[in-house]
Amino acid sequence: MDLPSLEQIVQYVIYGITVGGIYALVALGFTIIYNATDVINFAQGEFVMLGAMMMVSLHSTAHIPMPIAFVLSILIVTAIGATFERLAINPAKNASVITLIIITIGASIFIRGLALPIWGQDPIPATPFSKGSPISVMGAKIPLQRLWVLGTAVLTVGAVHIFYKYTIVGKAMRATAINRVAARLMGINVRRMVLCSFALSAAVGAGAGMAIAPVTHASYSMGAMLGLKGFCAAVLGGLGNGIGAVLGGFIIGVVEHLAIGFAPLGYSGYKDAVAFIILLAILFIKPSGLFGISRK
Amino acid sequence: MNDKKPYLRYLPVMALVAFLLLFPAISRNRYYIGVMTDVGLYTIIVIGLNLLMGYAGQISLGHAGFFGIGAYCSGLLSVKLGISPWVTIIAAVIFTAGFAYLIGIPTLKLRGHYLAMATLGFGEVIFVVLSKLDWLTGDTSGLLGIKPLSIGRIQFDSDFAIGQYSLAWIVALAILILSLNITDSRVGRAFRAIHGSEIAASGMGVNIARYKIQVFVLSAVYAAIAGGLYAHFRWFIGYPTFHLKTSIKLVTMVVVGGLGNIWGAVLGAILLTWLPEWLTAAAEYDIMVYGILLMLVMIFIPDGLAGRFSKLVERIMSRDTGDFPSSPDMQVEESD
Repeated sequence: MDLPSLEQIVQYVIYGITVGGIYALVALGFTIIYNATDVINFAQGEFVMLGAMMMVSLHSTAHIPMPIAFVLSILIVTAIGATFERLAINPAKNASVITLIIITIGASIFIRGLALPIWGQDPIPATPFSKGSPISVMGAKIPLQRLWVLGTAVLTVGAVHIFYKYTIVGKAMRATAINRVAARLMGINVRRMVLCSFALSAAVGAGAGMAIAPVTHASYSMGAMLGLKGFCAAVLGGLGNGIGAVLGGFIIGVVEHLAIGFAPLGYSGYKDAVAFIILLAILFIKPSGLFGISRK
Repeated sequence: MNDKKPYLRYLPVMALVAFLLLFPAISRNRYYIGVMTDVGLYTIIVIGLNLLMGYAGQISLGHAGFFGIGAYCSGLLSVKLGISPWVTIIAAVIFTAGFAYLIGIPTLKLRGHYLAMATLGFGEVIFVVLSKLDWLTGDTSGLLGIKPLSIGRIQFDSDFAIGQYSLAWIVALAILILSLNITDSRVGRAFRAIHGSEIAASGMGVNIARYKIQVFVLSAVYAAIAGGLYAHFRWFIGYPTFHLKTSIKLVTMVVVGGLGNIWGAVLGAILLTWLPEWLTAAAEYDIMVYGILLMLVMIFIPDGLAGRFSKLVERIMSRDTGDFPSSPDMQVEESD
């Protein structure tokens, strides 16, 4: 077996970091909703897919300029997230957490099923954010879109952080996450915060989808695997811990890509199992995650 | 009411048997008999999953994995070693039970949706492993040349649809009756207690960890039995059958039929296996229909079709006798 060269290792790490950025955003989306509702939103990956598909439709098909298409896509997917909360989560009043989780599983299948006839089965290529030849880092060639992916991830995480820290809605959402009853006593409309969390989570997911689409192509089924990996990341970082979720995403991205690099020939197909093995390992060793505080 | 008239419990079983006996005569269509055979296999898995989800309150998104292990184990043993399928199915069931036990010990310590994730995680790992088994099966898409079950000269191959149908349903009925008895036993009450409140149950002396692992292994065993039968009913098994999609389909069957209701499992399996047959025009979108169904049932009738139905029956019965209607969860049972 040939060990990968240094350039290859650098390449794997950088690719891992960029894809990890997407996992990080998906994980962040999980965390936002989990903190507001205790629910794991299994439809998180579908927000990513919708973001990618909207971008393809608005920019490549309808020829709307990139920045406008970007903003429009985010707005549309945010609206879809809010609608989902109003139509499916809100009406199930007093439902148990298991019931709500099953509803989100249903929603995820439904959205995917709806996307299939609209956008078809084949992956659709998406336009990169900017033209240009790949840049060279320590001998490894990095396509520009990979940097955009990383940039989008960092900017989005920053924006969410500022939103939580400095806006009144963000502060109310944090209060809801910490203690729902106390938040309600302080006059916070908890149900509206749940709505906000779905909208915000959808927006974050859409951003991830638009950034990764030029790298992997957009397809109706892309959300499933990204959702699952992001979910592994959220658990790895400690469910409910935003910073942990983001770090978890990067860790899973890098480990996964290094595993492909070091895998013996013919075993790279096991790549998709890596995230789940990490997930199982962390659940068995430290279920509260790397950065989580164990809760009763 | 079950305590007063024990024969009433077997009335629905009799009705089901009557229906199953009549079905081949009425349909007279090999294809439909084949679909009904699949319903039987799904019923076996869904009953187990219902015990786990509805009675013990543990969600599993990885049951297609157990189904797959059962199928591949039994198929591989019979193809590679030429052992009789009857023996290999038993071996596959034992292997799956051991596997579920090993997974269950650490997994079931986790609560709520952590279990959902863990089961989803290992379901996905099993799927990836099954999809890369070509070095063992000699074929990239699955396992070929699986021998049919046979008794003497009679072979239960795909040409003998009615034989497969009978065999599947004999096993399904045995499991149905066994499971009905389990839910009405001491163990079943312990399951329900855990579902109600883990803390209260353990306060009452229920060994939660032990019961959880038992029901988890039991549900895996059911799935492996169905998997073994499935493999030998077909000449070929392909790994896509054991995808997360199948796990979700199984969960849909449990939920639509009714969580915590064994009969719901039968109802869910029948409805959701026939649904794609009725929706042939929209065959590609059957998974979307599962999605809508899951959402609608959970939002509007969280106790499922069978749950709704049994409440209705109970209301009518209690009107007759003048008793107060009582929910089965709250019922105090004095005698065993």
